[in-house]
Amino acid sequence: MESRFRVLFLIALVITLSGCAATKNLFGIGDEEAPPPSSEPPGQVIDPQVERREIKEPAIDREDFEVGAFVGIMNIEDFGSDTVYGVRLAYHVTEGFFVEATAGQSKASLTSFEVLSGGARLFDDRDLTYYNLNLGYNILPGEVFVGEGRAYNTNFYLIAGLGSTRFADDDRFTVNFGAGFRFLWTDSVALHVDFRDHLFDIDVIGQEKTVHNLEGTIGVTVFF
Amino acid sequence: MSELSTTTILSTSRSNSSVWCSCLIALALLAFTPGHAEAADDVLRKVAVADPYLEMHTGPGRGYPIFHVVDRGESVEIVLQRTDWYQVRAANGVEGWVDQAQMELTLKPDGSEVDFAQATLDDFTNAKWEAGILAGDFGGANIVSLYGGYSLNPHVSVEVWGSQILGNFSNGWMGSVNLVHETWPDWRFSPFFTLGAGVIHTSPKSTIIQGEDRTDQVGHVGAGLRVYATRRFLLRVEYKSYVVFTSRDENEEVREWKAGFAFFF
Repeated sequence: MESRFRVLFLIALVITLSGCAATKNLFGIGDEEAPPPSSEPPGQVIDPQVERREIKEPAIDREDFEVGAFVGIMNIEDFGSDTVYGVRLAYHVTEGFFVEATAGQSKASLTSFEVLSGGARLFDDRDLTYYNLNLGYNILPGEVFVGEGRAYNTNFYLIAGLGSTRFADDDRFTVNFGAGFRFLWTDSVALHVDFRDHLFDIDVIGQEKTVHNLEGTIGVTVFF
Repeated sequence: MSELSTTTILSTSRSNSSVWCSCLIALALLAFTPGHAEAADDVLRKVAVADPYLEMHTGPGRGYPIFHVVDRGESVEIVLQRTDWYQVRAANGVEGWVDQAQMELTLKPDGSEVDFAQATLDDFTNAKWEAGILAGDFGGANIVSLYGGYSLNPHVSVEVWGSQILGNFSNGWMGSVNLVHETWPDWRFSPFFTLGAGVIHTSPKSTIIQGEDRTDQVGHVGAGLRVYATRRFLLRVEYKSYVVFTSRDENEEVREWKAGFAFFF
């Protein structure tokens, strides 16, 4: 009997105590727990509230591309000389090397045979169009002086490449090479003087032969 | 004429006022903490000289003389970049060209180092896009090709090719799609294998052969080598063996050798 009361008393006590422990924080009774010891050294009085500024860095403006147009004279072997005009796009890989794509158009004049025969034409479509992909190298970078107070940057470059020429009703594999002079009017605008030789095989006048077609142009380009 | 001169005067006074404004702003910036200088970073990137001095050249290339020097601690604004040269503007308005090696020794306004990202062998391995120009021999004819590629991962990429074929007897063009597998993409000399299919169009030269234009399907296998040259520049050599599925009884086999260069970005 006595032991049964003791068990009941103990059960009642356990329930009461656990209830107190659970509700202690709910009703705000009982001692507050001590805060965890501060990790800051005692000397630190001011808490810095300055936010670290996130700087959005602007991308640096790259100007490695050069685009422009040119006009000049092209001599088509056996077919006289005529105006040539075209466009060019270049990408500067390093300060020395650049790659360039060029497209141009000219017109074939009459050969001596066609003039003398009076009317006989070797072919009807007299247009010459070409494109080529080139690799250039700024072999002589430099400066030129205009008057006392002005200096302009320049480049003398060598250039060579491959492409195709459409002439006399056929596409002709074309090798071209030459040299040019780039005069930088400002850091972004350049004037060009260019000389190229376009070589391709042609069989319009009887036998097949490799012809040299010399071209001299002046042009304007813009870096972007 | 009078209108013209008025405009001139107006524009002069405007430029004067803008000079005054920028002077006031500069004074205001000096008066406050250095942190406020970052506000001017909206358009131009401003860096401080950490080397004893920064040498400004007259042009973006080898040999151009040094004409101005910016001392340590002063800041310059980067105007633009061309190849490995940076056009910078000093506090006194002088503009000149500084090479990459010197720019790497400058500091950002918060004192950290400036990162002038330069393409490396690592980019050669991991770059997503690639484009190039190759030329060579296609079964005795000349071929000029342009291609663009996208890397699915460092090992596998997809390429689209367009070629012009210029032969003695016929001309034509070819377009194809390739799958390229690089076994060791992290090597400077990286070999690859390729597999693809496309369309070839040939037209016989009118002066020699009387024939019809043909459009056929092609399939090809090949192998080649990509060589990292410098910066974003690589050299490429490849061999491909084509099978042209003609409408005649026999298929045509063509061997192709090409070499050229490409960029990755």
